[in-house]
Amino acid sequence: MALLDVRDLKTYFKTDDGIVKAVDGVTFSIEKGRTLGIVGESGSGKSVTCLTIMGLNAKRNTITTGEALFKEQDLLGMGMRRLRQIRGNDIAMIFQDPMTSLNPVHKIGNQLTEAVLLHQDVTKKQARARALELLKAVGIPRAERRVDDYPHQFSGGMRQRVMIAMALINDPDLLIADEPTTALDVTTQAQILNLMNKLQEEFGSAIIIITHDLGVVAETADDVLVMYAAEVVEQGPVNQIFSRPHMPYTWGLLGSLPRLDAETERLVQITGQPPSLLRPPSGCRFHPRCPYVMDVCKQTDPPLKPVTGDIDHYAACHLDEETKDREATKLLAGMVAEARTG
Amino acid sequence: MIRYLIRRLLWALVLFFAVTVVTYVIFFLIPADPAQRACGQLQTQQCLEQAHHFLGLDRPVYVQYGKFFGRLLPFDFNGLAHGHSPIKMPSLGISFANRQQVNSIVGGAAPVTASLVFGGAVTWLLISIPIGILSALRPRSLLDRGAMMFVLIGISAHPVWIGLIFLYLFAFKVHIFPLGEYCNMINPPVGTSCGGPVQWFYHLILPWITFAILFAALYVRMIRANVIETLNEDYVRTARAKGAPESKVMRSHVLRNAMLPVVTMLGMDIALGLGGAIFTENVYDLPGLGRVLRLSLDNFDLPTTQGIVVFGTVAIIAFNLIVDLLYAAIDPRIRLS
Amino acid sequence: MAVSTDAQATEQARPRTGNELLIVEDLKKHFPVTRGIIFQKEIASVKAVDGVSFSVREGETLGVVGESGCGKSTMARCVMRLLEPTGGQIIFDGRDITKLSRAAMRPIRREMMMIFQDPYASLNPRKRVGFIVAEALEVHKMGTDAETKRRVQELLEVVGLNPEHYNRFPHEFSGGQRQRIGVARALAVNPKLIVCDEPVSALDVSVQAQILNLLKDLQRDFGLTYVFIAHDLNVVRHISDRVMVMYLGQVSELADRVTLYREPKHPYTGALLSAVPIPDPVKGRERKPVVLEGDVPSPLNPPSACRFHPRCPRFREGHCDVEEPPLYPMGDGHLAKCHYPLEHWPLTEEEFRQPGRQAVAT
Repeated sequence: MALLDVRDLKTYFKTDDGIVKAVDGVTFSIEKGRTLGIVGESGSGKSVTCLTIMGLNAKRNTITTGEALFKEQDLLGMGMRRLRQIRGNDIAMIFQDPMTSLNPVHKIGNQLTEAVLLHQDVTKKQARARALELLKAVGIPRAERRVDDYPHQFSGGMRQRVMIAMALINDPDLLIADEPTTALDVTTQAQILNLMNKLQEEFGSAIIIITHDLGVVAETADDVLVMYAAEVVEQGPVNQIFSRPHMPYTWGLLGSLPRLDAETERLVQITGQPPSLLRPPSGCRFHPRCPYVMDVCKQTDPPLKPVTGDIDHYAACHLDEETKDREATKLLAGMVAEARTG
Repeated sequence: MIRYLIRRLLWALVLFFAVTVVTYVIFFLIPADPAQRACGQLQTQQCLEQAHHFLGLDRPVYVQYGKFFGRLLPFDFNGLAHGHSPIKMPSLGISFANRQQVNSIVGGAAPVTASLVFGGAVTWLLISIPIGILSALRPRSLLDRGAMMFVLIGISAHPVWIGLIFLYLFAFKVHIFPLGEYCNMINPPVGTSCGGPVQWFYHLILPWITFAILFAALYVRMIRANVIETLNEDYVRTARAKGAPESKVMRSHVLRNAMLPVVTMLGMDIALGLGGAIFTENVYDLPGLGRVLRLSLDNFDLPTTQGIVVFGTVAIIAFNLIVDLLYAAIDPRIRLS
Repeated sequence: MAVSTDAQATEQARPRTGNELLIVEDLKKHFPVTRGIIFQKEIASVKAVDGVSFSVREGETLGVVGESGCGKSTMARCVMRLLEPTGGQIIFDGRDITKLSRAAMRPIRREMMMIFQDPYASLNPRKRVGFIVAEALEVHKMGTDAETKRRVQELLEVVGLNPEHYNRFPHEFSGGQRQRIGVARALAVNPKLIVCDEPVSALDVSVQAQILNLLKDLQRDFGLTYVFIAHDLNVVRHISDRVMVMYLGQVSELADRVTLYREPKHPYTGALLSAVPIPDPVKGRERKPVVLEGDVPSPLNPPSACRFHPRCPRFREGHCDVEEPPLYPMGDGHLAKCHYPLEHWPLTEEEFRQPGRQAVAT
């Protein structure tokens, strides 16, 4: 039994303009100790998926259906009291912007101990000791002194470390990191990713990392979920996604990326704009931007089908397997060939 | 922080000069003569000249202003020359109208205005905080819409009109509140039964509400906006993700942050409220600074007017300073920068 | 002293071909920090840009990389004369524009345009797109109304927008389309130089690729010269001919693109390159990033001598913190401001920490 098993998750927001289908039938699962990367562009529904699992969407105007079984209990169906016991204790979350994710009027130490005291029956002194321990574990220099500082006295990278400390303080089984390094500089990003890897080895938590950076996914995730316009369009083990991508959108993502390990004169661009989730395109939602579009794509939404020859690799595309293999190889070969000459 | 305080005080001094000079200039531009009032029926040339001399009006404006300012200083240079103590009470002068010390006029009226303004501030906070928070938590609900109606009325209705309506309804038609009049909080003046905290409170309920309605309306709107904004902050989401119950999220992550700007506004609005008090005091016949100011203006009583202006300016400056310090105390971002 | 050595080194290393469109010499921008009760006394200054020299040849793209706070945006604004430089010289198209008055700058402004990071914030939300693009034309009094309109529609087409959307407002466009409007606006007056300040940082990858391709096409078609500022090393490598790495208001390294990414000499460049995640699960996981300790120090009180020394894995006590390294020439116009440049690339962590050779002879 997986640690978290999400089945046919749907999150719809009622707005003045109509219903926005922010997440539309997402299914995935994650085992203990594994890392799942969710990639996609802004508005693809990757963040909303995780906020829904945590029950953090505003209740008003939100319709949620499906199941999110965490240790065989449905997070979506359980009462608030039980959900609160799980939040921050069994499942913790790190957010994108460390500058705004900490309360400016409370000391760092108090924000950390708050998390301990909410879930553990310990004294304030013990909680503070635990906070100090975690601040040291995430590499805050002079933690004994800094524990009584306020967030504005920390740099962005240091605040993100504090957020990680806060997330790990109750030894969660699952850590959800929503774009944890997007707001940080590249050297700080390296520090934070390093730290997350180290802590995962130490604490053995499962991690869901949401990002738009394929480099981060390639280096940290075991499994990958590619989302486009509120749906999963491809999923599978990281090696298969990068070596044998089977969906034109994934090709587009890979090809549009300027990268250090390959020389490309011209980037493969995905034409057009991401669609509106208020009125998503008919059939395959990627069809208006897809260079391989066929008639069937405009009519029927392709289901996620297993990719022959691969294990646990699924893609949602009407193209036949041969074409997909040929095009994927061309794309990847192009890169590699050019990398040699460059 | 000290540097900041000194700078604030220097600015306060500049402000003080500006306000008092302007009051003087306006007084001398008005084509009215306090001496005419002093002489009453006896409008002879001789009487007027005597009155002019007596009131000090025969000297140039800057000399009069200099004398006024000299009285304000707590040092007595004349006294020093004659071997007396150089320290003296700052004096606001003597009233043109009734020859009383302005100090004692202001001293008598200030507690009335203070009761009205501070009690009014408490009233408007008591009204606006719960309504503002509740309507933020339930936007577009019946309560929220009702609150917005109240805001609209509160902002558009003038306190004089509200005061008169209240008096008519609650004092004249239904006798549940007194028809104006002020009762001393501590000890009743000799020969009256009206005094003590209970009577003080009872007599001030209507004035407080009248005075507070405008600000309560503004504050409902501000608090509602602040709370809604804070609820959308990332750190509130962090608190919920920690597993904090909603009551705790509200208490320690939403309300404290949402109330920070209210503290600053409160300082400015209490100062502003001193102006609004004029209307309320006149409607309810409360012997506060506002009513005294109006009477002194009617009488061309420059020392009293100037005295109230001076007192008001000092009170506003002092109050703003206190609020700044308070704000620094509750917001670490200011305190530590 | 160090500054003049820098300038000399730059002088020697830069091949003077005579077709430099922009030459920046020892540019400085210091923001004063004042204290005082009535009279403000300058007690310190934030040295946002502190002695930057470089040149940009006609038709090339100079990429500028560095982390937040390295002064790259301030540098760009000084070059555009949107900020007054504290010191140094800016020579544009053979003319010293450092001290030109507003009026004298006006005809030059149409030769150098800027594209900003936030495509929404830099477009006036109350103005129609046609107006926004035409504004520069009107400011510089180029053509009649009909001509202006025709030119604007032509520009919209050039940047890949529907010319019929002339009358729409910025909010009716997506982020990528807004950035295209920004590009059209910059192109309107036929500039020679376009300074792009993080033009794709706020965009999604697929849209980012569209804008990068567009910028490249325009350069080819109109012979434009770019100064391209970004924090993303991948993007800078893709678009630049030469790359300049900045750290705390100074140039750390300057080289042509291939050399810089293949053989970085400055340890900071090395650390940056090693920190970039590679979108390949096999190669990516082999990568061993050189993790720098701590954060970028404050430019208010920068470290002594070499500004990178407190974070540098190759730091040598008594040398790096005492003597400021000049921009040493490394051959072929490659400059690196380091006493102990990297011997080769990639390096193992051990090699990174232990400089093999002696310091570069001064």
